[in-house]
Amino acid sequence: MIEATDLDVFIGEKRIVTGASFEARPGEFVSIVGPNGSGKTTLMRALCGDLDFSGEITFTGRSLSVLKPWQLAGIRAVLPQAASLSFPFTVREVVKLGLTGGRSGVLPGEADRLPERALAKVDLVGFAGRFYQELSGGEQQRVQLARVLCQVWAPVLEGNPRFLLLDEPVSSLDIKHQLTIMRIAREFADRGGGTVAILHDLNLASMFSDRIYVMHRGRIAASGTPAEVLRDELISRVFECAMKVGVPTPMGMPYVLPQTATIAL
Amino acid sequence: MMAATRPRREHPAEGDRSARARLAILLCGLLLGVVALASLGYGASHTSAMTLLWNVMSGADAISARDRIIVYDIRLPRVILGILIGAALAVSGAVMQGLFRNPLADPGLVGVSAGAGLGAISVIVLGTTALGPVVQMFGIYALPFSAFLGGLATSLILYRVATRRGQTSIATMLLAGIALAAMAGAFSGVMVYLADDRQLRDLTFWGLGSLAGATWTKIAAAAPIIVVTLLAAPFLARGLNALSLGEATAHHLGVPVQRLKNVAIVAVAAAVGACVAVSGGIGFVGIVVPHLLRLLIGPDNRYLLPASALLGAALLLAADAVSRSIVAPAELPIGIVTAAVGAPFFLWILLRRRGILDL
Ligand SMILES: Nc1ncnc2c1ncn2[C@@H]1O[C@H](COP(=O)(O)OP(=O)(O)OP(=O)(O)O)[C@@H](O)[C@H]1O
Ligand SMILES: [Mg+2]
Repeated sequence: MIEATDLDVFIGEKRIVTGASFEARPGEFVSIVGPNGSGKTTLMRALCGDLDFSGEITFTGRSLSVLKPWQLAGIRAVLPQAASLSFPFTVREVVKLGLTGGRSGVLPGEADRLPERALAKVDLVGFAGRFYQELSGGEQQRVQLARVLCQVWAPVLEGNPRFLLLDEPVSSLDIKHQLTIMRIAREFADRGGGTVAILHDLNLASMFSDRIYVMHRGRIAASGTPAEVLRDELISRVFECAMKVGVPTPMGMPYVLPQTATIAL
Repeated sequence: MMAATRPRREHPAEGDRSARARLAILLCGLLLGVVALASLGYGASHTSAMTLLWNVMSGADAISARDRIIVYDIRLPRVILGILIGAALAVSGAVMQGLFRNPLADPGLVGVSAGAGLGAISVIVLGTTALGPVVQMFGIYALPFSAFLGGLATSLILYRVATRRGQTSIATMLLAGIALAAMAGAFSGVMVYLADDRQLRDLTFWGLGSLAGATWTKIAAAAPIIVVTLLAAPFLARGLNALSLGEATAHHLGVPVQRLKNVAIVAVAAAVGACVAVSGGIGFVGIVVPHLLRLLIGPDNRYLLPASALLGAALLLAADAVSRSIVAPAELPIGIVTAAVGAPFFLWILLRRRGILDL
């Protein structure tokens, strides 16, 4: 379980997140939503151990500040909002970097084939030999996700649940691959791990999450199940535009919801 | 094609270049062996090169004391020093490029060698006066040690200036390198001004970069530092690989980023300091060798670092042979040869990367 209590997060001198309390339990898919600049990434970076904070963050009871980088790498894997790569690695080599910490949780003989399995999961079979820098944005995002999956392949290792921390994992994906990735993350939670995802798509958040945190101006404005959180008043206030939940469009204007999709995996 | 009809042997997975990289390491090792043997046998001695070499190696009585001296006291130290320097320069280049996440970083280009040079010049010029106690205390290590301090200082300043939040700007790095080199050059100029005639001769030759003065003493001074750095380099490889995804991601992957950076900076400064102290400014090895190898085997530092060491050593020995033969019986400083080859190569890299450089 990831638990943050009374969290203030600082970037330099500036306090970006104020008084946040956050919880991600094993078996759970937790989403963080909120407008641009509301502090979602900052909160997640604090959970990753990248930023200074006051308050307390614990992973399964152990304080974040005493965990070494290699221990943390065995507990959580992180998909950043923007990734960069400075040398011409192949797709397979990038995915294999996920095995750097060596705690993916498969048998020693299986680790070698893990990049291929991870790539298959994110629907990138046949991409292993391509150069990462020559892929499209959405393809790159899925390669990064495959790398993240390699790092914590087994959702539970030696009895301890592990966590996926995903910052906008589907931001540049088409609808089919949005669903593919969301299902992978959901399945990770169903198998005993925990998923925390920052999302901008409220429909996807509603469809896949057990609980949603809504952030607004550096604070957590609300949290709860999708039905509790996705209320007209709350989202209109937070996103600063008047919206209605669950109301069809006027004048028969077409709309497509991910909930209606059936895709083969 | 014939190959298609043959039974398939186990192929490396697609996108996995490790088998190719291992083969390349093997070939670089072979190349180094050949070049080293040839260098031992090659020179101004009239005895047939290979016979001489064979006689000395097999301990035959037929060879003269003169030949023995030529091989053991002149050529062998020179070859060993060449191997050490070539390997150290190429590996420092590769490590620095990994650290700065940037294939154009090179100790020579960004002023680290100049800083090390200043440290070394100070000891050469002031060793009998102001820095006398230092020389007394460190003996033959005074020169590499002060070069190390000079290189370390420049590396640290460079890193502070060029890197913000784990991102290095190529332009800032190169410009900061120019400023640092100019600064080190200015202070070195003061030292030259203070030098007497004998020291001036030393400095001139040393400044151009040369293996000519190779002695067992110089090897004793430089080898420990270089060998330790070369042995430490493989332990940086995984961390440097992860670092190519950025500092934050490297940390997420379990790499102790701060320690990695500290060790890498100190290792580069130490290796460059040792090289500069004994052989002056030999440029471009650190940029040419890793770049060629990356084209060949990819950027995985687990293979890139050992391959760089071997190929760097081989190329430096080859350059040394050129420097000895091109104006024989005199010889050119080897730094001139590496610059003559390396600088156009560097321009070629710039040309290829112009689109992505965004300077
Ligand atoms: N490195 C930084 N230095 C100073 N301020 C920063 C820095 N990074 C973020 N901020 C500020 O912190 C606030 C929160 O940023 P954050 O990246 O957490 O937003 P976000 O909710 O993830 O937004 P988005 O939906 O656009 O990704 C913003 O106002 C931003 O300007
Ligand atoms: Mg964000």
